[in-house]
Amino acid sequence: MDWVSALIQGILLGGLYALFATGLSLAFGVMRFVNLAHGDLAILAAYLTLSTTSSLGTSYWVSLLIVVAVMAVVGYVGQRGLFNFTLGVDPLPGILVSFGLGIVIQNALQEHYTATDRSIDLGPILTKSIRITDDISIGWFPLLTLGVAVVVLVALQLLFSRTRIGRAFRATADDPQTAQLMGINDRRLYGVAMAIAFAAIALAGFFRGARTSFSPSSGTGILLFAFEVVVIGGLGSIWGTLIGGIVLGVAQTMGNQASIGWDLLTGHLVFLLVLLVRPQGLLGGVRS
Amino acid sequence: MTPTLLDVADLDAGYGDFQALYGLSLQVGAGETIAIIGANGAGKTTLLRAVMGQVRVRGGTISYDGEDLSGVPTHDRVRRGMGLVPEGRRLFPSLSVEENLMIGGYGRRPGRWTIPEVLAVFPMLQPLLKRASSTLSGGEQQAVAIGRTLMANPDLVLLDEVSLGLAPVVVHRLYEALPQIVDGGTTVVVVEQDITLALDVADRVYCLLEGRVSLSGPPVDLTRDAITTAYFGV
Repeated sequence: MDWVSALIQGILLGGLYALFATGLSLAFGVMRFVNLAHGDLAILAAYLTLSTTSSLGTSYWVSLLIVVAVMAVVGYVGQRGLFNFTLGVDPLPGILVSFGLGIVIQNALQEHYTATDRSIDLGPILTKSIRITDDISIGWFPLLTLGVAVVVLVALQLLFSRTRIGRAFRATADDPQTAQLMGINDRRLYGVAMAIAFAAIALAGFFRGARTSFSPSSGTGILLFAFEVVVIGGLGSIWGTLIGGIVLGVAQTMGNQASIGWDLLTGHLVFLLVLLVRPQGLLGGVRS
Repeated sequence: MTPTLLDVADLDAGYGDFQALYGLSLQVGAGETIAIIGANGAGKTTLLRAVMGQVRVRGGTISYDGEDLSGVPTHDRVRRGMGLVPEGRRLFPSLSVEENLMIGGYGRRPGRWTIPEVLAVFPMLQPLLKRASSTLSGGEQQAVAIGRTLMANPDLVLLDEVSLGLAPVVVHRLYEALPQIVDGGTTVVVVEQDITLALDVADRVYCLLEGRVSLSGPPVDLTRDAITTAYFGV
């Protein structure tokens, strides 16, 4: 029964990891942009949630909505004012600029908030659970996290497949030069894509910050897991992001079930195994 | 000649250190069909891409409808009424045929071209609308590429090597659609290596040689020898 419980907890953990990876996958899928500041931006969003709540007196949930909107604007402005200038055949400028941005964010957070661990205390929802059997229970908060991840990914899927701007995203991802010939302003479109990516990053930061404590340097772990999820699921694949998250989550909880402390090891091993056996990812090459 | 729609004057353009066009000038009148011929590497595709703002212009000017296009990005040129069917079709592989046509209307101007209108000109696309564009034959892909460009309702359509890699019968079918495109007053510039085809459809012809105009005029005024000399430079 412990293994079943570990499996369920792994699936739920996969929801959080899918949220970690959504923004990274979107930025790479549309712009081929590798955002190394991804994890630090998520932690920035978590701190912004704390600050918004303390300064405005709003609940964390209302603060989340504000921070998501603010981060979307930051993403749009950042893409138009900074990242767009790094795009091109060579991915290195984007990698270097986002790496530098991540360092700036980490240090600025350290300066302003200190290195003390913080957390977003959402109250009873963090500890309440649904009891299935004596050995198995499902936490409300992990369930909510998975639900939010699924809703976000379904919304992205609908955006990409059913809307005018979604078609423009796909066309631009296929061939940016020809997309311009369709009257698409790719630079503006990239701004919109990054706004959505940053909004997803804000969600990831919020749920990460509520699940466990965080400090200014916690972004590195988020970036690592996000990369693993994207690689496991398939670069730029929306459903691959969810599958990748669940696979990584299950691998970690199963590893921990086998021997306490093995969670990170088994997660990395599964990541390496996928990279070895199916380098395009589990859903790589499958149209989302 | 009708009022000038596209005016290219003393154009120098190229890629990186390589210069492909040298002081090239040409004018296209509204409603005309112009053919640009020339051997491989003569600068035909570079010219069209420079007109659409996709190749850096080093000197000279490109004006459309009386306005200088310097600094005008490609997407804005499309919204002003210019359209290019690129060499090699360049369909979007992750989009279906219908979606390729729909994305062609992204920067859409008011006008006659809709998906039903495109299907009326290229009826062979009707049963293929839901198919992935990458599964089509070369001729079908070219029809989608032309229809996709028309969906923006351009006043000026630039067709780059429509016949490249296609069977003659397919090329013939595609060129049969040209009068229906021109009928609505659309101006057409055709880049074509098939000289006979180009002379058949064009009101005027420009021949390029090593990035310069080596010959121009209405097809009836051009002798076979003059064309051969202008085409090959011998």
